[in-house]
Amino acid sequence: VRGEEQEKQWALLMRAGNAGDGDSYRRLLLLLTPVLRANARRGLAPAGMADTDAEDVVQENLLAIHLKRQSWDEEAPFGPWLRAIARHKMIDALRRRGRRITLPVDDFSEVLTDGGAEPDMLVADVGRHLEFLPPGQRTIVQAIAIDGASIADAVARFSMTNGAVRVALHRGLSALARKFRTEEP
Amino acid sequence: VKTDDLIRALAADCATRPMSLRRPFTMAMIPGVAIAFAFISRFSDRGRIFWGCSRNRDFCLRCAFLFCSLHLPHDWSCVLASRALKFAAPPPACDRSRPAGAGILAELLSVPAGLWSQKLIGTNALVCLKSIPFLGLAPLAAILFCLRQGAPEHPALAGAAAGLLAGAIGAALYATHCRTIRRFLSRSGIRWRLPSSPPLALF
Repeated sequence: VRGEEQEKQWALLMRAGNAGDGDSYRRLLLLLTPVLRANARRGLAPAGMADTDAEDVVQENLLAIHLKRQSWDEEAPFGPWLRAIARHKMIDALRRRGRRITLPVDDFSEVLTDGGAEPDMLVADVGRHLEFLPPGQRTIVQAIAIDGASIADAVARFSMTNGAVRVALHRGLSALARKFRTEEP
Repeated sequence: VKTDDLIRALAADCATRPMSLRRPFTMAMIPGVAIAFAFISRFSDRGRIFWGCSRNRDFCLRCAFLFCSLHLPHDWSCVLASRALKFAAPPPACDRSRPAGAGILAELLSVPAGLWSQKLIGTNALVCLKSIPFLGLAPLAAILFCLRQGAPEHPALAGAAAGLLAGAIGAALYATHCRTIRRFLSRSGIRWRLPSSPPLALF
């Protein structure tokens, strides 16, 4: 029952986010992160992979959720959509490392609570792909993701139009996700 | 990049609303089907579609019927088919398989029983075997391109459905050209002709 309420809340936030409400969307991603993290750690632990690898998978999941969010049917439950993404991203991660492992179908209603903290030292995360981005996209993604600038800040700092910043950010994020997919083991 | 920072960047990108899957699908299918259509009109010996339309009544009728069966409400295409076949008024509950069924029945009645198997298989089955996958290639590429933008829960099933749809498009286009089914219904003196029934049934 707890899981159902949780999914309803996710769906509510996602609908708001898809309607353009950035705050709700951010809250949703923050809520999903511990769930994804617990799921990733549980999936990677049997393969002997560290929590830092799990964080890699979490970030890849977040990117996928973001870039595919239009594919969620607003009338449909949110959980299965999320699980499909998480399962495929997990399989991708294991495949990249060349493991052959059968993966249990995860149930997010039994979320572990220990997935809260993010590891301090990140050896592998989306950051390492930043250098492969074209310079324009890299500066924008860096400014917003690392320096914490808002869109308006970036507009002022790089004297670009609002639309150009948004396009560069969106393309940069898409390119990051693509880099993940094509990464060599 | 810390995960929280990434989330901030994603939230900032929230206003950039990606298109729903419906539009990319339409946009990709137009060139996909157009390419296949170009192939069939290029390689078909009767394929000077746009120039020789008046001399190409079979082809036009088939295209028209295919179009009707895809776009008209079920009852309309049914009425159309039964009018065309000079049948009695269609039964009130009429689904899309009826016109195809009626066409097959009329064909069977108009052809001597001994020729049924020959008519069924046709004389250029090998050509058809090669052409249909070939014609389906461009639509298949378009469909797969669209599927990549989604998150199918069962990728294998989604791929199979994509293949089936592409095959159906290929078969439908091939049916506008195939010689064997050109003589469809012609012996009974009925002037309207159906396109071959398999693509109709698939749609």
